[in-house]
Amino acid sequence: MTPFDTLTSRVAPLLRDDVDTDQIIPARYLKVVDRSGLAEGLFAGWKSDPSFPLHEPATEDARVLLTGANFGCGSSREHAPWALIAAGFRCVIARSFADIFRGNALRNGLLTVALDEADHARLVADVSADPWRVVTVALEPQRVRWGAAEAAFSLDPFSKTCLLEGLDPLGYLLAHDAAIDAYERREAP
Amino acid sequence: MKTLFDKVWDAHAVHEAPHHPSVLYVDLHLVHEVTSPQAFSGLETRGLPVRRPERTLATMDHSTPTRPGGLAVVDDAGRAQLETLARRCAEHGIELFDLSSPHNGIVHVVAPEQGRTHPGMTVVCGDSHTSTHGAFGALAFGIGTSEVEQVLATQCLLAWRPLPYEVRFEGTAPEGVSAKDLILALIAEIGVGGGTGHVFEYRGDAVRALSMEGRMTLCNMSIEAGARAGMVAPDDTTFAYLAGRPGAPADFDGAVARWRALRTDDGAYFARTVSLDASRVSPRITWGTTPAMSVGVDEPVPQPTDAAARSALDYMRLEAGKPLLGQPIDVAFIGSCTNSRLEDLREAARVLRGRRVAARTLVVPGSRAVKREAEAEGLDRIFEAAGAEWREPGCSMCLAMNGDRLEPGQLSVSTSNRNFEGRQGPGGRTLLASPLTAAASAVAGAVADARRTLSEAA
Ligand code: SF4
Repeated sequence: MTPFDTLTSRVAPLLRDDVDTDQIIPARYLKVVDRSGLAEGLFAGWKSDPSFPLHEPATEDARVLLTGANFGCGSSREHAPWALIAAGFRCVIARSFADIFRGNALRNGLLTVALDEADHARLVADVSADPWRVVTVALEPQRVRWGAAEAAFSLDPFSKTCLLEGLDPLGYLLAHDAAIDAYERREAP
Repeated sequence: MKTLFDKVWDAHAVHEAPHHPSVLYVDLHLVHEVTSPQAFSGLETRGLPVRRPERTLATMDHSTPTRPGGLAVVDDAGRAQLETLARRCAEHGIELFDLSSPHNGIVHVVAPEQGRTHPGMTVVCGDSHTSTHGAFGALAFGIGTSEVEQVLATQCLLAWRPLPYEVRFEGTAPEGVSAKDLILALIAEIGVGGGTGHVFEYRGDAVRALSMEGRMTLCNMSIEAGARAGMVAPDDTTFAYLAGRPGAPADFDGAVARWRALRTDDGAYFARTVSLDASRVSPRITWGTTPAMSVGVDEPVPQPTDAAARSALDYMRLEAGKPLLGQPIDVAFIGSCTNSRLEDLREAARVLRGRRVAARTLVVPGSRAVKREAEAEGLDRIFEAAGAEWREPGCSMCLAMNGDRLEPGQLSVSTSNRNFEGRQGPGGRTLLASPLTAAASAVAGAVADARRTLSEAA
């Protein structure tokens, strides 16, 4: 996983709630045995519409996606964060996330930032007023800053350490080998 | 005092430390072709073996063809995925129900019917509808591919403890109202994110009255309300279902004695509770592009109250205030891990017996075993006499990976679980409903109320 420290970027606004994983990447793009071709599948159903917000010139090199509540609901496909990362995103800012998507994203170094209602509304208003606006997402202090505004976000300390140091959580699991052995002898022969 | 969820979680916690996710032991790991290839590659790169191949069971379902007679796979990419799974299972000694196996089928249909899912187990799979297995009182949830790799390597998962959420269905569901209608009513009530961070426990008389098939339908769609898992405490219905199945424990009576303790203690703490009166639920149908957007089948399309509803109506090309009944459909799809078990097919057959379909109708059994049982009862002949297509098992038009899909603009009544834009094919429009409603709509060629269809002579 690529470590995440501080990211300064323009924002791609996808201002709706309940963006499901079938919209993030439709099933027909899942027929891969590796991670190829996923950027092409990102928002494939919506991309054909010329007015799709991610076609705006201001979003071209945006690495932050700004969206509404319950982002990533639906399927467990990890292809969803893979596709976002393949398309250059490193952070999704939302009102809230679906559980499975959130875990999948964090395990791949895609930071999920859930803002409270007032901060979210303020950021949405500011980005809508000025699409070229730049935000800074700082992981260590858990802050998003734009212009004179600032918002805090929460993140569990374990995911934070993994992101800051680029650690794969599998290493943490493997380090518990002895405990797993003992559990199996006791409970799962 | 503990809830059912707490008991199962606590029995599987290998290691717990403050500010760290729990290391949770996995009893049964189910694998399919679409979300596993990158996990096996990851293991190979790290030079890790599969820790407990005998606790892992694989099937092919998502992209498999369902045309009768032929097993020629639809395209090269799909074939490569199936071959990769077969090769990985052979390398690691994992049991695989491949396309030639008499046990093949949709992962969430196959494991229960083979008796592999037991009360009190932890079950995971790279598929969000793993929640289905909670019908047995198992803690079962979907995981991502990185987690598939973790479980293959360590038989454990890193997980934050969710909160228990009590979902009560009181009273008796009226005739013609199935588990599908109950779960659609719940999702409409609490919303697609209502269960986020929680595990449901379904309780109440209407839940106790459900068969295992019905309980599986209920638990299956927990994820559609945002809950990763849903559970039903095991009881005599559960034990009777499991008795005699190939995967049932050798000391069955001993197991049942242990399983009886798997119930929520009186006074145990639930973070939230919601209660629905089952006697007031009517057959439900969705009108929008999330599973929360549903109404009674005989109600009009509701007036949109927000931008999401307006955009959904726009996509669905439905008009607020107009009845859904009589809305012409192009396809009826009876299948998917939600509604493709024998009981579901019997319900559809009740409507289709002696009638003819007026729209293209696919009936896709959930597994080869379901197909055999249905044919032994003559259900296949009822479907074919009605003009429906009787298919080979698989996910089929639930997610349209295998060539079975809607054409742009087509409208379907579908017994599957997701009506997201394009889920059943780009531009396709999906109305989710029960097998009864789907079959009645197939006969009418338009959205129909099965209660009315069944009251008229065939
Ligand atoms: S039937 Fe549909 S929801 Fe169920 S496992 Fe298959 S694709 Fe997923």
